[in-house]
Order: sequence, then structure tokens, then C-alpha cells
Amino acid sequence: MHILQKIGLAILIAAIGLFILSLGLNSYQLQEETLYTESDFHKAELLKAAENQGILNETYGNNISFIKAIKSLCKEAQKSLEAQAANGIPEGVGEWDYKLGDWKIKDYVFQTTKASGVGFVSRNTLTLLYTIFGLGIFGALLYIIPLFQKLPGIKNDGIYHSSMTRGLTLNWRTFFLITTTIGLLLYGVMYMGSQVFWPLVTLAVIGLIVYLVYFREKQKDKIPPKSASPDVTAWFGIITGILLIGFYILLYWKPEYITNWIVLVDPVSEKLSGNPASNWFLYGFLYTIIVIVMGIRMIAKYRHNKYQIFRTFSVMFFQTAFAFLIPEILVRLNQPWYDFKNIWPLNYNFFFDYNLDTLTSSGSMGLFMLFWGIILILIGVPVITYFFGKRWYCSWVCGCGGLAETMGDPYRQLSDKSLRAWKYERYIIHGVLVFAVIMTLLVLYSYFTGNKNILFMNSDTVRTWYGFLIGSAFAGVVGTGFYPLMGNRTWCRFGCPLAAYLGLVQKFKSRFRITTNGGQCISCGNCSTYCEMGIDVRWYAQRGQDIVRSSCVGCGVCSAVCPRGVLRLENGTVDMDNRAEETRVIHISEDEVSLIQ
Amino acid sequence: MNVVIIGNGISGVTAARFIRKLSDHQITIISSETAHFYSRTALMYIYMGHMRYEDTKPYEDWFWDKNRINLVYAHVEKVHFNEKKLILSSGNDMNYDKLIIATGSKSNKFGWPGQDLEGVRGLYSKQDLDYMEAHSKGLKRAVIVGGGLIGIEMAEMFASRNIPVTMLVREQNYWDNVLPPEESKMISKHILDHHIDLRLGVNLESIKDNGNGVACGVKIKETGEEIPCQYVGLTAGVSPSIDFLKDSELNTNRGVIVNEYLATNIPDVYAIGDCSEHSNPAPGRRPIEAIWYTGRMMGETLAHNICGNKIPYNPGIWFNSAKFFDIEYQVYGDVLAKPPENHASLFWMHEDGTKSIRIVYDKNSEEIIGFNLFGIRYRHEVCEKWIREKTLLSDVLQNLSLANFDPEFYDAYEKEVLALYKKQTGKQIELRGKRNFNRVLKFLKN
Ligand SMILES: Cc1cc2nc3c(=O)[nH]c(=O)nc-3n(C[C@H](O)[C@H](O)[C@H](O)COP(=O)(O)OP(=O)(O)OC[C@H]3O[C@@H](n4cnc5c(N)ncnc54)[C@H](O)[C@@H]3O)c2cc1C
Ligand code: SF4
Ligand code: SF4
Repeated sequence: MHILQKIGLAILIAAIGLFILSLGLNSYQLQEETLYTESDFHKAELLKAAENQGILNETYGNNISFIKAIKSLCKEAQKSLEAQAANGIPEGVGEWDYKLGDWKIKDYVFQTTKASGVGFVSRNTLTLLYTIFGLGIFGALLYIIPLFQKLPGIKNDGIYHSSMTRGLTLNWRTFFLITTTIGLLLYGVMYMGSQVFWPLVTLAVIGLIVYLVYFREKQKDKIPPKSASPDVTAWFGIITGILLIGFYILLYWKPEYITNWIVLVDPVSEKLSGNPASNWFLYGFLYTIIVIVMGIRMIAKYRHNKYQIFRTFSVMFFQTAFAFLIPEILVRLNQPWYDFKNIWPLNYNFFFDYNLDTLTSSGSMGLFMLFWGIILILIGVPVITYFFGKRWYCSWVCGCGGLAETMGDPYRQLSDKSLRAWKYERYIIHGVLVFAVIMTLLVLYSYFTGNKNILFMNSDTVRTWYGFLIGSAFAGVVGTGFYPLMGNRTWCRFGCPLAAYLGLVQKFKSRFRITTNGGQCISCGNCSTYCEMGIDVRWYAQRGQDIVRSSCVGCGVCSAVCPRGVLRLENGTVDMDNRAEETRVIHISEDEVSLIQ
Repeated sequence: MNVVIIGNGISGVTAARFIRKLSDHQITIISSETAHFYSRTALMYIYMGHMRYEDTKPYEDWFWDKNRINLVYAHVEKVHFNEKKLILSSGNDMNYDKLIIATGSKSNKFGWPGQDLEGVRGLYSKQDLDYMEAHSKGLKRAVIVGGGLIGIEMAEMFASRNIPVTMLVREQNYWDNVLPPEESKMISKHILDHHIDLRLGVNLESIKDNGNGVACGVKIKETGEEIPCQYVGLTAGVSPSIDFLKDSELNTNRGVIVNEYLATNIPDVYAIGDCSEHSNPAPGRRPIEAIWYTGRMMGETLAHNICGNKIPYNPGIWFNSAKFFDIEYQVYGDVLAKPPENHASLFWMHEDGTKSIRIVYDKNSEEIIGFNLFGIRYRHEVCEKWIREKTLLSDVLQNLSLANFDPEFYDAYEKEVLALYKKQTGKQIELRGKRNFNRVLKFLKN
């Protein structure tokens, strides 16, 4: 490693360390004006409770004790309001403007904590913002820029020697997967207010899928290859994975504990949209920075390959402009926050009542957004996928794909290529698509009829569970947290319902395929190893068969890493309906080949 | 019928797979190298950390069971052809009805003094790779003897771990016994760009012993120079690995002699792949071709023959590929280092010195003979069709985009090649259309 790279890495790690440390570098003081409420009754009651408990103007050295105190305030206020409400709610006041609901408490705790910071972080937001992100970006670039000096070519040296990228053995991977799944389901029970029904249904579905894969698909004895490293040796990878998992849990479900981070990006948010930052703004901000910085790394790594360069610029652009800047600017212009490239069912709340209400009540712009979203689903996806395959979205436009192709690139080799994994993939991803469709239909049914209960299902509960299980747990916690454990496309491959939809089009009606170059394949396996979707590309390449797989996101990396120039991504109509057949195999012994079949 | 195959490389495995496709015969594959088939061509990637050993296996481990291919991990010590019996290292016997010898190659050693010292080894098998790995720690320099395809891979392997490498190459330029001079120079330069200490036109005299039976340096014959090193890679070619078959009634020369049906002189005994030597090779082909795809083709052809479809082995038009550090190489047809009188060629090279196109044609008839490509990919089927149909050079040039197999958005150089042709000949021809996959398919289909 270049000395500059080492320095860069050290600076980057220091910046990340400071960023994490900053979570504990603030103190908090509840004041009348920092107590956030949306109703005067709540405010009065909470202040009374604060006085009772002696919390007002008290300084807390860390957010854990502060949040605990605020929560206990809310509980007291909630109880007392509940009791008072039993004696009757004043004329003309809504029930939940009077009583204090659990979901409100969540928001109050978050907003109050964010507003009550008085310590080091709150006093030095700008300095910290510049130091952490400035240093972080500087360090990362210092690490990346020397890569441009190397001779252009494939740069995979040492990937399986690095503790960051070599992945786990099958057993350890299974252990992490099961622990995470169970942990998330248990948390889900809490999240659903102790309702066990949907978590149990989920568990049953998981059991069913395991059963189907093991017995119906006869995969029980087809043990996938074990890793070559006999032990858990990917320690850096595991630590990274755990940090990412922790980050997502805080971001989605416990944002009150990361208010220091959100305070840091307040100035940026105010510049862009005029509003203070939320946890989602923080996420978008980090996401965009990472996609850009790691995008530069991707370009350095593949600078001999124009397909990779163009594609990487594309995801960097769509993330920065479409996912981050444009929505914030829309808000500044008093329009709804809208990401023009996010498509249902990935964008699962597109048909939720609040979104439909916002769009239909925001004038012509809102209606256009609604129209645009529906056109993309019904016409955009099938037509563009017909012409170019699902890659147009998954590895050129999508934000999840963008992160996978930039931050996730060092982990692409960790996808599981076994037949068993493929069987799992097909059940799980299509299962999620079915879940997304049912959930959306329920929500729309309720929207138009006002009736929330259909059969044994309540559309509110179903959509909350979908949001928790798929929208947050799968897409975020597992999807990104598992980059160093199961590869960078875990979500895209196993979970994304839009990918499932795009994949169906790609498989059944598309010009796209990967062609193989006659008899040149030497079965080396580079293509399969670096296929982030876990496609065993070699299986097809060595028999001269075109690759037509619904999961292929057309990242082009198999073609890039092939040392013999065997693979090419193509669009063509001539043999569109028999793309997947072995007929174009031009073997060697050409005349003899007709004998086989 | 009980078919036994010695060797689980690409030849043996392909034979087994196709016999299974075509029949219900009992199939057994014996090998003493690894328990399962892996891709020898990927050995370098394991060392460089691009892949794990597991990733080099083209089939998952359950594949063999499922296809009822019986794997035996043992060494065949001896074959009693008249009893149709094998003697295994385990001491067991094994009978066969038909025997396929697919034992591959071994690294050449030319009797250099010190060639059996510790820290001196070829690179052919998984064991060789493990040996290399075990000796890599603390290496201050490695010397590679021989400048073929495996030699340059070994250089790249050491270089990937920042171990300084000296390459001793007998030729005046890298691989110039196979490559035309321009290409050979280009690759020599590329090797130097990768900071390999490339010594051209030199031979190994001896390998020095440090007194404990461990190599500590080499001596160059021409200059007498001594180069200290802790590892010596012997990559001066390979030869058939058939020692255990010598002194039997089996007809062997360098390899096991076979006819066009891959049969040996003994009934029910066949040989395929690296270890076979063709008594009557197709015109323009060598008796022993130690490459991947010929092994695969022989395996497939033999499966047909064993299953009752009598087909002669026909490797078709020569092609091959390799990669020299970052430069990919593809060849279709006959492109020779020392071309015969009637061969002429159009040679274009990119100014960055890492890409070139050579199109060889017949001087008199202008029929196309071959393509040599560096840093540029061409489509096998298209090139093959042109060569087979003896297409005229001008036709090929006008349609050159049909052959382009580079990834999307890559710069295309067809125009430049054409311009060069026009400049050299004064002829006026134009390119017909850009790269378009539909055109390619239509071209191939008629
Ligand atoms: C490093 C390297 C890179 C290469 N790269 C390329 C390339 O890029 N392109 C290309 O075309 N070719 C390449 N080759 C050559 C190619 O790998 C060989 O041509 C091919 O593997 C030969 O296959 P085979 O099935 O004939 O024999 P092998 O693959 O050698 O298989 C024979 C097997 O039989 C076993 N065996 C031998 N004797 C016995 C016995 N008595 N009992 C039990 N088992 C026995 C051996 O251990 C071996 O496992 C490369 C070779 C090497 C070493
Ligand atoms: S990387 Fe290329 S040569 Fe290697 S297995 Fe894949 S297609 Fe074949
Ligand atoms: S098959 Fe190739 S292009 Fe498709 S996802 Fe895998 S690596 Fe990317």
C-alpha cells in the first residue's frame, strides 16, 4: 500500500471514530422551549410532570439518561391525561390532541432530545460537521487517488486475503443470519405493540420456505461449498457488518439516540430545504457522500472499462440529483418531497393514504408526480426492460443498486453461488413481491372504501408490518448490514420486489442477455466469483450458452473480470425468444454437435 | 459397461459428463491430485487472492453423485492391460471394461543442476500451488525459468504480493517463438512496465544450494551472473504425465499415441487431453496440444465414440487465448511467428501500446487466414466463419464490426484498421455499419 493510502485510511478511520464518538459528546437540558409537542394539552401536562420530577433545566451528561427522563415524563403525562379524559374531553378537542398516544411519544422524545442538546456538539456543530465530513472525505480520497496511478486492469489482488473482504464460512454466515432474523422478529413483536400474529406468520413463512427448498427442491443434501478459510477470520468484515447493522437499527427505530448526528447536518438541511434535518435527511446525506466517494473508487478500479465508468457516473448522478437534491429543493418550493426515480413496489408507500393525499392535494405538480409514478410502474418498467434488461434500473439508476455498486463493490465476491441459494432466492424474492402486492391492494381497498378490515387482516397492521419487516429490516439492516457477510446485493437478490418485477420482464420478454464467446471459456470461475447476484455464470459460459437470468442486474463485472474475453452484455431481437437455449453453441466440433441434444 | 477414467481434469470430466448424457454406463474417475475437479487454469487466481480453491470448482460437490459419476481419490500405480485391471496406491485393484487415460501433464525439467532443491518447483498441480504458497513468506526474490504462458502467470502471481521477480527467457523477446515480433515486443514491454526484471536471450546454468539443500540463487549461462533468490519457478513447458504407463504394451512416444478416434493400440483403452499424442493430427495442428479446450473437445468426442457414435476428433480451426498481466490475447486461425511465404498481414497497433489487431491473409488470393488480438476482444464464431469460408480480406474489413466483442461503450478501432488498409493499398472501401448484435446473429445464421 502506498504511504499516502495508509495515511488516508488512518484519517478516514479517525473521522469515523470521531463521528461515532460524537454520539456521546453532548449534554442535554430540558427547557420549556425545547420541549416538543403538537398540542397545548400535552405541553401543559408534560411541563407539570417535568416540574414534579424536577427535570426542567436539569443538565444530563448523556442522551441515555436524558431520553430515559423524557420517556418517564411522557408516561406520567400520558397516564394523567388518560385519567382526565375519562372525565370527559373538552368541547371541540380531538381525542388524540387531548390524550397522548404512544406514536406521539416516540416523536416527542426524538424531537425534544434533538432540541435539548446544549453541550459540545450543539455548541460546535459547524466545526464538527466540517471536521468529520471534511476529514472523512479527504482521508477516503487520499486512499483512492493513488489507485489511479496503477496500470489499468483488473484489481482484485488479495481480496481473499483481506480480513475485510474474505467473508465467512458457511456455518458462521448461517449463525449471523439466524441470529439476526430471530433478533429482528423479536424486535418486531415489540414494534407491533406486543402483537405476535404477524411475526409468527413471518416465522411460519420462513419455515415453509426452508421446507420447500430442502424437500421439494431436494436441496437438503446439496451442501454448498464451504469457504476455504477454516475459521471466522474476516474480523474487520464482521466488525463493519455489526457497525452497519447497529447504524440501521438506530436510524430506523431509535433515532432519538442519534440526534447529535442529525444536529450536525441541520445547517445543510436548512440550506437546501429550509427545514431542520430529520433522520431521513441524515441518511440521504451520508448515502450520497458514500456513493460519490466510493463511486470515485469504483471508477479508479475499473478505469480501463468504459461500461463501468459510465454506469458508476450514472448511479452517482441519480443518487445526488434525484434522491437527494431534487426532493429537498421541491420541499423548499413547497412541493411534496418526491424521488422521481423511486418506483413502486420498491417505493412501497407510494400508494399509502398519506402519500396519495399529499400528491392529490399539491396542485398540478402533485398530480404529475402521481401520474409519473404510475406510468413508471405500468409502462416505464416493462418497456425499458424490454429494450435493455433490468440493468437500466438496477445498476444504472437505483439508489440501493448505487450503494451496492460503490460502497458494496469490495464485497461482491461474497454472494453465494450454490444452487441452494438460487432456490432460496426464487422463493424469497417472489414471496416479497406477493407480499408487497397484497399489502398495497389492502391499503388501496381501505383508501377507497374506508374499510380497514378485510378477512382476518387489518390494512394498517399489514402495512406497518411490511414497513418494518421488508422496508426497514430486510432492505436496510440485512440488505446493507450484511454486505461484508453475504455480499453487496443481498437485498437486491433476495428481497427487492421491484427487482422481482423487473426480473420477470427480463426473463420472459427482453432483448437482453449475456452472450458467450464460442469455445474460449477456460472455466476459471472469475465470472461466477465476482457476480454479485450469485449467478453461476461459468455454468453457462463453459457450455457456450447465453446467460438469461431474471436476477442478472447487468453490472457487467463478469464480463470485465473474465480473463479470456468470453462474456458480452447484448441487446438483440433476432433470437429473443430462444435466448436461453443452447442452440447457438458453436462448439468446436461443429458438425458433430448436432448429434448431442 | 464399466468405464474407468484416470484423471479428473477437463478431459476426463468432460468425457464422463458426456458419457453420462449419452448412456447408462457405470463411470468412475480416479485422481490423486484433488478429490474434485477444479479448474487448473485458475490456479494463479487462488494465489493472488482473487478466488478461493472452492471457487475454482466448476461443479458443486454434489454434482457427481447426482450424475452417478463415481469419484476415487487415489493414484494409479500400474495398469495390467491384458487383465483389464488397475493397481491403486491404496493397494486395491480395480477392473474396467473401457479405460480412458486422461492424466494430463507435468512440468518439464531439463536436468539443470539443483533442479530438485527445496524451493524449486514447477507450477502445474494444486500441490505445486500449495508448495509455492508455503514458500512465499519472506521471499526476497523469485526467479522464473522459462517464458511461456505459465511463466508469465507465475510472474504475475509473485508480483501481486510485491515479491520481486526475475524472469529468464531463452527467446530474444517474450514468447517470440509463437508471437509475431511486434506483439512479442509489446508484451515484453508490458512485462517491464509491471516491474518484472525480464532477462531476454538467457538460459539457466544451475541453481545454487545454500548448503542445506535449499535453493539460494541461480546462475545464468550466457553471462555467468548469479542472482540470489529463495524460489525458483520452473516453467519451461510441460510434457505428458505418463511415467506409470511406460514399459507396458501401450504404444507411447512423448504422450500416449492415439488415432483420430482417440483409441490407443490396445482395444478398449483410450487417451485424451494433454497426455495424448495424435498419430495423425489434422493439418496445421500439433500432435500434442496441451490446452484446455482441446481436452474438452477430445473428452466430448471420445464420449460419443464410446457410446457407439463413431466420430473422428476434429478440433476445427485453431484458436486460443491468454492474458499477459493486463493485456488479453485472443487468436483465431493461423498466426505464426515465422509465417510461410504466402502469409501477409495487416497489423494495427494502438498508440498506448496495449492493444493491437493483426489480420493475416493469403498474399495471392487475399483470403483470410487468421486474427491475432491484444487488448481487444473478437467474437469467436464470426472469425471462425470468415476463416472457414475463406472470406476475402476486403470483405472482412468492411464487416469488421461484426467481430467486435469488446464491452459496450468501448472505443471501436475498425475504422482505424480500415484506414490503415486503405493507406497501405490505396483501395477505397468503407465500413458497413456499426457493431450490432442483430447483424451478428443474421450473419451467423446464414
Ligand atoms: C497454471 C496453468 C495455467 C493454464 N492456463 C491455461 C489457459 O489459460 N488456457 C488453456 O487452454 N490451457 C491452460 N493450461 C493448460 C490446461 O490447464 C491443461 O491443458 C488442461 O488442464 C489439461 O487437462 P487434462 O484433463 O488433460 O489433464 P489434467 O488437468 O492435468 O488432469 C489430469 C489429472 O490426472 C491426475 N493423474 C495423473 N496421473 C495419475 C495417476 N497415475 N493416478 C491418478 N491420477 C493421476 C493428475 O493429478 C491430474 O489431476 C494451464 C495450465 C496450467 C498449469
Ligand atoms: S471468467 Fe471467463 S473464462 Fe473464466 S469461467 Fe467465466 S467466462 Fe469462463
Ligand atoms: S451475470 Fe454478470 S452482469 Fe449479471 S449480475 Fe452477474 S456479474 Fe453482473
